[in-house]
Amino acid sequence: MCGIVGLFLKTEKYRPELGRLTKVMLHEMRDRGPDSAGFAIYDGGTDGLTRITVLAEGQRPDWGPTRDALSTALGDEVKVRPIEDHAVFETSGDGRIARQWIIDNVPNVDVLSYGEQIELYKSVGDPDLVASRYDLASFSGTHAIAHTRMATESAVTTNGSHPFVTGADTCLVHNGSLSNHNGLRARLEQQGESFQTENDTEVAAGYLSWRLREGDTIDAALQQALVDLDGFYTFAIGIRDGFAILRDPIACKPAVVAETDDWVAMSSEYRAIAQLPDVQHATVSEPEPARIYTWSLAA
Amino acid sequence: MSVTFDLETASLRELNRALHAANDGDAFVVKNVRGAHAVAAGITADVTVEVDGSVGYYAAGMHQRGTVRIDGNASTGLAENIMSGAVHITGNATMSAAASGHGGLVVIGGNSGARCGISMKGVDIVVGGNVGHMSAFMAQAGNLIVLGDAAADLGDSIYEADIFVRGTVESLGSDCVEKELRPEHVETVTQLLAAAALDANVADFSRYGSARQLYNFHVDDIDAEIAAAKNGAST
Repeated sequence: MCGIVGLFLKTEKYRPELGRLTKVMLHEMRDRGPDSAGFAIYDGGTDGLTRITVLAEGQRPDWGPTRDALSTALGDEVKVRPIEDHAVFETSGDGRIARQWIIDNVPNVDVLSYGEQIELYKSVGDPDLVASRYDLASFSGTHAIAHTRMATESAVTTNGSHPFVTGADTCLVHNGSLSNHNGLRARLEQQGESFQTENDTEVAAGYLSWRLREGDTIDAALQQALVDLDGFYTFAIGIRDGFAILRDPIACKPAVVAETDDWVAMSSEYRAIAQLPDVQHATVSEPEPARIYTWSLAA
Repeated sequence: MSVTFDLETASLRELNRALHAANDGDAFVVKNVRGAHAVAAGITADVTVEVDGSVGYYAAGMHQRGTVRIDGNASTGLAENIMSGAVHITGNATMSAAASGHGGLVVIGGNSGARCGISMKGVDIVVGGNVGHMSAFMAQAGNLIVLGDAAADLGDSIYEADIFVRGTVESLGSDCVEKELRPEHVETVTQLLAAAALDANVADFSRYGSARQLYNFHVDDIDAEIAAAKNGAST
């Protein structure tokens, strides 16, 4: 199974409540994925600063030395904000370099996300507890992608939880299972992608990351994904200024989309959307198989 | 007089228990369903249930005799395994509506998603809008009437059953072919449109059904099978 939630706020009206509304939706998808949960919040950014969200699973390290060493490496000021076993580094330096530096130099730490807009939190455990632990309800912003996991293809671990990052300000969540992920992982490793888990979704994320790095638009990358990814999937993809949805051509895995003047919401099931304000005036539809849907603030 | 269940305060189990204990002629109204699963599932009495709002999975599943009207949309498995009676929804249904239905009538005012009427065994389904891919997959008996268009692989591996489509058909599935619309089919479609309270010109429909070529293994195909096996291909 697995449950997916996406909420994209078109107007200012509900942006202060993005986290609270996402938490309510996530709660409804708890039955679909009781073993782990995660969420990515896009908050509009803070004046071009890059943020890197990291995880030191189950630990509360002193991040001070890491912050200072990273600052030296980047030649730029770095701030750090610990949240439970996660921390958010903030810098005006180069985000890609910062990310790689942390991967190369800080043991037992996973880099969950990087970008100017995104913060990403995930953990094993009851989705409601995960939402509370990282205070999902307190976040404001423009859009959010969240996931509840019922593991099928790899172990129940925090780094097997979704969302997976696919590049700066880009992340992916998945309901389904890919059948060609081992072959594809090997192919992507030859292209320079690196993987931290045996998880199939991480391969899909790496695939998009590779296509986007090669210069594809998100539309072109997803179009090619329809050819190269074999298996069952409903994907929700968070991008800098919006989000995208793709379902495989057989479309066994559910998805429903609703839209009002103020928001677009996507979920595995309608009951998550049914909790949103003004839902009685929403237009509700099922995304068609093998069709790419995108919503963007720029549009 | 009808009994009202507000799912804001009453539990789904209370509702379904009351429906299972109901007598013929009883009437119910259900409010604040908010996409809950299994709403009004397992009815066996000739009751009337009006559901105000969109439902989740398996609404009116395993339905017998009564009538369920849903003012909204439905998710996966609407009226799955319906035996008799009627289920009407005003909006859209997602996947596998009326799956395995043995009898009765299912009316979908809007569109239906993929695999509408999959493995249908006698149910009549009327869809006001379009149906998704692989609708009437492995259909065995009954009628599927589509006022809009049908997506790819309509009637794939169909055994029997009749499919009537007013709009376009993206493609027919394996062993599904267009057939003549004879007077008895005109009568069937006319009756079912009336029962569904939908208006359409019967002459605009095309009929599709089984070519009956998949019923048995054809010994004539054995040479092709052997050749494929020698080439290492699977058939």
